[in-house]
Amino acid sequence: MSCCSEEYTLKEKIVEKLQDFRGRDRSDSYLIPALQIVQEEYGYLSRQHLDEVARLLSVPYARVTGVASFYQFFNFQPAGEYEIIICTGTACHVRGAGAVFDRFLEELGVEPEEPTEDGKFSVTDARCVGACSKAPVVIIEEKVYSHVAPDDVPDILADFGYSP
Amino acid sequence: MTEQAKTLTSNPGTEKARVIVCAGTPCVSAGALDIYEEFEERLSAVDLPAEVVLEDEKVENEGLSLDLTGCPGFCEQGPLVRIDPVGILYTNVTVEDVETIIDKTLAQGEVIEDLCYEDVSGQRVLRENEISFYSSQKRLVLDNCGYIRPDSLGDYRRAGGLKALQKVLAEMTPEQVCDQILASNLRGRGGAGYPTGQKWKFTLSQQAEEKFIVANCDEGDPGAFMDRSLIEGDPYRVLEGMIIGAYAVGASQGFVYIRIEYPLAIKRLEKAVENLREQGFLGKNILDSGLDLDIDIRRGAGAFVCGEETALLHSIEGKRGMPRPRPPYPSQSGLWDRPTVINNVETLANVPDIINRGADWYSDIGTENSPGTKVFALAGDVVNTGLVEVPMGISLEEVVNEIGGGVPGGKKLKAVQTGGPAGGCIPADELDVKVDFESLAEKGSIMGSGGMIVMDEETCMVDLAKYFIEFSREESCGKCTPCREGNTRLLEILERITRGAGKEEDIDLLRRLSELEQKASLCGLGQAAPNPVVSTLDYFEEEYRRHIEEQECPAGACRYLVTYLIEADPCVGCGACARVCPVDCISGESQEPHEIDQNECIKCGQCYEVCNFEAVLRK
Ligand SMILES: Cc1cc2nc3c(=O)[nH]c(=O)nc-3n(C[C@H](O)[C@H](O)[C@H](O)COP(=O)(O)O)c2cc1C
Ligand code: FES
Repeated sequence: MSCCSEEYTLKEKIVEKLQDFRGRDRSDSYLIPALQIVQEEYGYLSRQHLDEVARLLSVPYARVTGVASFYQFFNFQPAGEYEIIICTGTACHVRGAGAVFDRFLEELGVEPEEPTEDGKFSVTDARCVGACSKAPVVIIEEKVYSHVAPDDVPDILADFGYSP
Repeated sequence: MTEQAKTLTSNPGTEKARVIVCAGTPCVSAGALDIYEEFEERLSAVDLPAEVVLEDEKVENEGLSLDLTGCPGFCEQGPLVRIDPVGILYTNVTVEDVETIIDKTLAQGEVIEDLCYEDVSGQRVLRENEISFYSSQKRLVLDNCGYIRPDSLGDYRRAGGLKALQKVLAEMTPEQVCDQILASNLRGRGGAGYPTGQKWKFTLSQQAEEKFIVANCDEGDPGAFMDRSLIEGDPYRVLEGMIIGAYAVGASQGFVYIRIEYPLAIKRLEKAVENLREQGFLGKNILDSGLDLDIDIRRGAGAFVCGEETALLHSIEGKRGMPRPRPPYPSQSGLWDRPTVINNVETLANVPDIINRGADWYSDIGTENSPGTKVFALAGDVVNTGLVEVPMGISLEEVVNEIGGGVPGGKKLKAVQTGGPAGGCIPADELDVKVDFESLAEKGSIMGSGGMIVMDEETCMVDLAKYFIEFSREESCGKCTPCREGNTRLLEILERITRGAGKEEDIDLLRRLSELEQKASLCGLGQAAPNPVVSTLDYFEEEYRRHIEEQECPAGACRYLVTYLIEADPCVGCGACARVCPVDCISGESQEPHEIDQNECIKCGQCYEVCNFEAVLRK
């Protein structure tokens, strides 16, 4: 197995990790772990990334894109610098997460997943982040806001330097 | 509180004490780690016989130690700090409280009443086991959660862990293990309730050069967090059950499939597997028994359908998580076409106790057909949200009112939803129903994996059905038509009903479409997806009719159907509503009653929220 990082734009540690997967039994079963590692490093999967994963694991490109597009965890455009995650699990829904979600979109003037013009914020939903007792829950950069009401939205955004 | 209770020890400051900070996800999100750090810092600076212990295996039994534990379940009241051995529980602790706790409780043995849990009657309750939230529960699976450090194999063994595994490997044949689990009548906790012993026996009987065991911790039901808390709080119990299962069926490789949204649980699990490997409980020839087993952790990637067993197996194989028809069952042909036993993590966590204490002991708990306990994630409009473990057969009323403390804010209970997107709801007047597999099914709901959402009178049942159908539609893998199209159509109809554009024949249409989807879908997702619609129709058809016939949402939840009005009397004309209105449709002179222009109103409800005088009405 040859390793020359010039062949790949992925960081060397990732290339090495994927080559390690390639050397194991039933190596194609590591396709999802490989994509997870890349996404966690770069925040999204570009065409180039997918192509390199395909080559590194020796899995057809079509299967790589097929698998990546099936799972919601993967996304193909970079998120905003701050990704605003609104839990829309049942507990949060029952306690009014929908209105909180709409309010974030309204304040920022964006559609779900679409970053603001300056690339600073994007809004997305998540299914039950496991803090139902704090519903509705909003997470930004590991900071968890509990019992959020729509009226808290401007203050939360202000914490991250947003002014309308 | 008695005088005696106010002082904990005769010898404050010298008796060994442990400060236990809950490090479950809800408590961490409420600042538990900052509290832990504050304790650490302050304890190192004071002159108490203090020892701060972070890492496993280095526990000293003397002096004062500080631990992070898994979730004890009382999430609503977090962050939680318990002082052992006296068992004082402090709730809603803040960083600022740390200094007081050290000065008063640790140094002088004084209880800080303000930090103790205040029950419904306003009484302060000192100790964890005196709080009704805990005293009505029966904790078997969660026994260790909150009491041991989840990373510590030593703690787990001191609590009796790994005894069952040792017994199995030294004294029992695989057949005997299967028979004992069969005799206990343990049923799968992942939703379907299939007898675990039968599944194991069947897998054992398969001839193959290689077999697998898989623990299902995909936990996709939105609003459920039992499996996460179990793994965060006591990962070794699940793994011990899994190793025993592997021995019983003859598997040489195990996989834990866990949601990627659970980083803390994944970290704990990885550490636990590593420790077990180091100590010879995983690997080649475990405890000289000839059993070879390793366990690999695979993270999900955000697809609900991957909780379904055949889809999950495809996902582990690195494919799209599409389900396939059964038979063949995974126990005949699973991962890479080899016999594979797949169990929910809570199912596996029951196994060590059944081995240690016997099948008879186990089948005495709960009901005849549903023995044992079940863990629920209690959430929604209920005072004490959190993790509860109850004996099967307990009434729903006891769970909601005694353990959960009822509905907050003086509102009325409307219904309880169990089983998530595959489940149904139990209306308030059926609350005496027993919580077991059969009784819940009789009422048109299911046990499910353990999500339990309490809903008050402000929850609209049509909206709830719509919420779950929207979920199922998004999560449908699209392979079979009844599920893909069925959910899309159901959603369309429900949407028009909640917008006030429902038609007379819609109720009938919903019923027929639901039945078709239930019968014709390929996997459990589609077969169960219409359940929330059917169950809300059965109990709340009148509410659907009000939406359709009168364009009215009795719960006041459907945005398009509510009207906001300003009542002249209480309105002081402060103008707060007019300032927040995004479409400038509220007008009025300062100090005079205001008015909403109904033609312009977009029903965002901001005026309703901002008014301090209850002058804005929602109808
Ligand atoms: C759509 C769907 C989602 C499921 N999600 C889960 C899940 O998150 N966790 C789980 O343990 N079982 C889930 N199941 C049930 C599994 O298919 C399987 O029955 C279970 O893991 C078997 O374990 P048990 O016998 O121990 O319950 C799901 C089933 C369906 C149809
Ligand atoms: S539903 Fe939002 S945290 Fe569980």
